[in-house]
Amino acid sequence: MEKQPMNEKNFDKARKSYQPKPPYVMNCIKAFIVGGLICVFGELLTQMYIHWFDFSEKNATNPTVATLILLSALATGFGVYDKLGQFAGAGSAVPVTGFANSITSAALEHKSEGLVLGVATNLFKLAGSVIVFGVVAAYILGIIRYLGKFIF
Amino acid sequence: MTFLWAFIVGGLICVIGQILLDVFKLTPAHVMSSFVVAGAVLDAFDLYDNLIEFAGGGATVPITSFGHSLLHGAMEQSNEHGIIGIAIGIFELTSAGIASAILFGFIVAVIFKPKG
Repeated sequence: MEKQPMNEKNFDKARKSYQPKPPYVMNCIKAFIVGGLICVFGELLTQMYIHWFDFSEKNATNPTVATLILLSALATGFGVYDKLGQFAGAGSAVPVTGFANSITSAALEHKSEGLVLGVATNLFKLAGSVIVFGVVAAYILGIIRYLGKFIF
Repeated sequence: MTFLWAFIVGGLICVIGQILLDVFKLTPAHVMSSFVVAGAVLDAFDLYDNLIEFAGGGATVPITSFGHSLLHGAMEQSNEHGIIGIAIGIFELTSAGIASAILFGFIVAVIFKPKG
């Protein structure tokens, strides 16, 4: 059996022919519907906190996000959210519920290693990148805007 | 009416994420990180607030609002305390989200057994 020597160039080519082509349009429709519904639910919660619990329009985001995170963490615990993720792709990953899902699932996955080294250490294994990039970007942009006030 | 726009805008943000996943072959972690940075950049140009006013939950629920809140809290405090205010305020608006994510994530991980 003759084999073509694998190098970096033709490996990428050879790999591509074995990867299934994703159904682009269908995936986008699923992501649109699920992501949209999660956002509508968030808006519903916001309205509820404004009208029934006397939060101002600006502050109502805080309890809304907290509620979504609680529900998403529970759904991850019951194994429901991962099924939703397989169906909806980015539709369940992009909303803040996906952030909570990544925290909870990383912690659950390493539970067998103990509470400190397993759960607590791995809590931010996936979500850490979001916080790191968010803070770095916000810090740099904040400095630029702060200095920009003196120039303009 | 806000509900309809929340659905459309929130859905569209997720579609952008799906395209990044499928077409550009990024991992979910890369998509989420890019979105947070994108939210901060949009807030730097004061665009994200308009989107929130227009779409409500469609703009506050996606992870982009995390980047927006980071920068927003930083700018609010920097008005009072100068350049140190950026560090003081950066987690001010997002602390509810991060604190509850840590708390609920930890509790669920302690109580539930891993599945599959």
